Amino acid sequence: MGGAAVAWAVGLSGGAHAADSKEVQMLHWWTSGGEAAALSVIKDYLAKEGYAWKDVPVAGGGGEAAMTTLKAMVAAGNPPTASQILGYFALDYAEAGKLGDVTSLAEKGGWAKVIPTALQKFTTTDGKWDAVPINIHSVNWIWVNKAIMDKIGGTAPKNFDEFVALLDKAKKAGVIPLALGGQPWQEATLFDSVVMSTGGPDFYKKAFIDLDDSALKSDTMKTSFDNLAKLRDYVDPNFAGRDWNLATAMVIKGDALLQVMGDWAKGEFKVANKEPGKDYFCYRFPGTDGTVIYNTDMFAFFNVSADRKAAQNALAEASMNPEVQSAFNVIKGSVPARIDVPDTAFDMCGKKGIADVKAANEKGTFVGSMAQNYAQPPAIGTGAYHDVVTKFFHGEIKTSDRAVAELDKAINAAK
Amino acid sequence: MTTAIDPVVAYAVEGPRPGLKDHLRDWIPRLVLAPSFALVLIFVYGFNLWTLLISFTNSKAFANFNFIGWGNYAKLWTWTFETDPPSNWYTALVNMVIFGGLYVIFCLVLGLALAILLDQKIRGEGILRPLYLYPLALSFIVTGTAWKLFLDPRIGLEKAVHDLGWTSFHFDWVVNPRMMIYCVAIAGIWQTSGFVMAMFLAALRGIDGEILKAAQIDGASAYATYRRIIIPMMRPVFMSALIILTHMAIKSYDLVLSVTGKNPGGAAELPSTFMYSYTFTRNQMAVGSASAIIMLMTIAAIMVPYLYSELREKH
Repeated sequence: MGGAAVAWAVGLSGGAHAADSKEVQMLHWWTSGGEAAALSVIKDYLAKEGYAWKDVPVAGGGGEAAMTTLKAMVAAGNPPTASQILGYFALDYAEAGKLGDVTSLAEKGGWAKVIPTALQKFTTTDGKWDAVPINIHSVNWIWVNKAIMDKIGGTAPKNFDEFVALLDKAKKAGVIPLALGGQPWQEATLFDSVVMSTGGPDFYKKAFIDLDDSALKSDTMKTSFDNLAKLRDYVDPNFAGRDWNLATAMVIKGDALLQVMGDWAKGEFKVANKEPGKDYFCYRFPGTDGTVIYNTDMFAFFNVSADRKAAQNALAEASMNPEVQSAFNVIKGSVPARIDVPDTAFDMCGKKGIADVKAANEKGTFVGSMAQNYAQPPAIGTGAYHDVVTKFFHGEIKTSDRAVAELDKAINAAK
Repeated sequence: MTTAIDPVVAYAVEGPRPGLKDHLRDWIPRLVLAPSFALVLIFVYGFNLWTLLISFTNSKAFANFNFIGWGNYAKLWTWTFETDPPSNWYTALVNMVIFGGLYVIFCLVLGLALAILLDQKIRGEGILRPLYLYPLALSFIVTGTAWKLFLDPRIGLEKAVHDLGWTSFHFDWVVNPRMMIYCVAIAGIWQTSGFVMAMFLAALRGIDGEILKAAQIDGASAYATYRRIIIPMMRPVFMSALIILTHMAIKSYDLVLSVTGKNPGGAAELPSTFMYSYTFTRNQMAVGSASAIIMLMTIAAIMVPYLYSELREKH
């Protein structure tokens, strides 16, 4: 273990010293089949332009290990050309003065006009572009097994009450209505949609983006918790600790009717050779149509020496190239971060996703996911929010009154 | 006699005059140990100090040196008494007591029982001994995942028993947030009790056969022999086993994550997972550091008296 770590460190620094202007060193955690295939779209594009790709993959789903590696590399003064990064981590590095500057490319390419406004909070610092978004995921989706839907005679639910009625139908038919993985982030991700459905976009923004005390402690928030508690009746007894992809597999196999999950779940359906419309449906979480609760994968560009700058610029332009974004996201299952990319190559869920992002951006209903740390920094998102939601869902916090008070308290303590 | 020193006596007292070879013999151990000593000094004690420093700052995502005094410890202290709903730190401490207690006691008892049974000059000991020791060769992640699958009611133990016909059998601890920590203990005990057995077995084999024969001649029963002679003679091994088990329990991290699956309901928190999540995923590095220092202090509270008593006995 020790030996391997040393060899790895030596390998890294060796690579950095040997780096010439024709090499892109990229840190990421896209190591699963589909993700790696998506990334190779960018790799191949850069190869055509004459840039070599130096992969620094750090496996581990949510990128925790990768973020720890990145911290070490940056602290050692040896940052990669770019790194896959999420939300507030980019702002942390920007604040610490570790990020480079690709503003000239942004001005030339008119990025400010094609990237959703809300998202630019994470890609720019004081008007300076230091990161680019490669995709947009949204979490307010439900994924429904069509065969079961037909069997129980269900229809697409339009609001939360219809949603509960549908789940009830499945329960009576003897199917697990809601496939859920009982892990804090999954329960919190579900709650994002529940709050949006219960309170609407203005309430969501007031509570989670502005952290307005009166909204956090409001009756609407209390109703949201009550609604979440209703859903607890429709999960199977063994849900605690289950991974999200196993929950998706329950829907694919027909053990469960539906899952509430971000659109990365589509990748699982794809791997299982299931087609949208034929084998499964993708609906917006009932009552959240017209809104997009997003998270996004970004590439952050670090302060690198002058000889590595050309390669960095090439990577930035490649990532923002419309064809690259289209090809990348068709494979990844997300939608392009640029709203001007044509949807011709996408399946019906992708087409709906693209249209929704565009519409939501215009209406101002394109909002960051609290559970995924796009509404607030991790101390509040992963910290306070996950804690309270998971404790409520598992009965450690018993009433919605209490949950509202605890949420407000925890958020204010973490501020 | 008093003035002139007999050269033979002098030689016997002082030894031959030290030559180059002897100097070398004196210095080689020091030279060989120096690099590891330096490494330990920097990477263990140096970083301990660093963590201690960080715990007095308001570091968030990155380390900084804005000192805020005892604020982080005060936070942890308040959380220690927050029980409704339980704060993460409170849950971590309670779980530590449950897990640590069960883990240490059961490993000691099972290890001793296995060692005594194996020591009965039974046939096939050569096969049995490595069999019990084998779990230690697995990493905690593997152990944890295997036990998680084995205990999962849908595919594991409960289903198997149902398939055999006992359909009212119910065992869902691994998916019940309140009982999860007991599953972590089960997996940990399974992994480590074989190792404790090996320690005890070595100690049993080290006991002088003459003493046992004497006991036999005096008419002591097997139980009395173990109770009054053998086990008391194994006291140092008990101490070593206790120390090893205690620190393994306190630093246990991968096992709890793999058995519980990301801590549902925040119910499977341990001080180690608390420390990691506050330092690295919640960007509250200073609070994480403070909890790490408290863990270190807890281990020190056990180790220091032990080391003290051990060193005192030798002099």
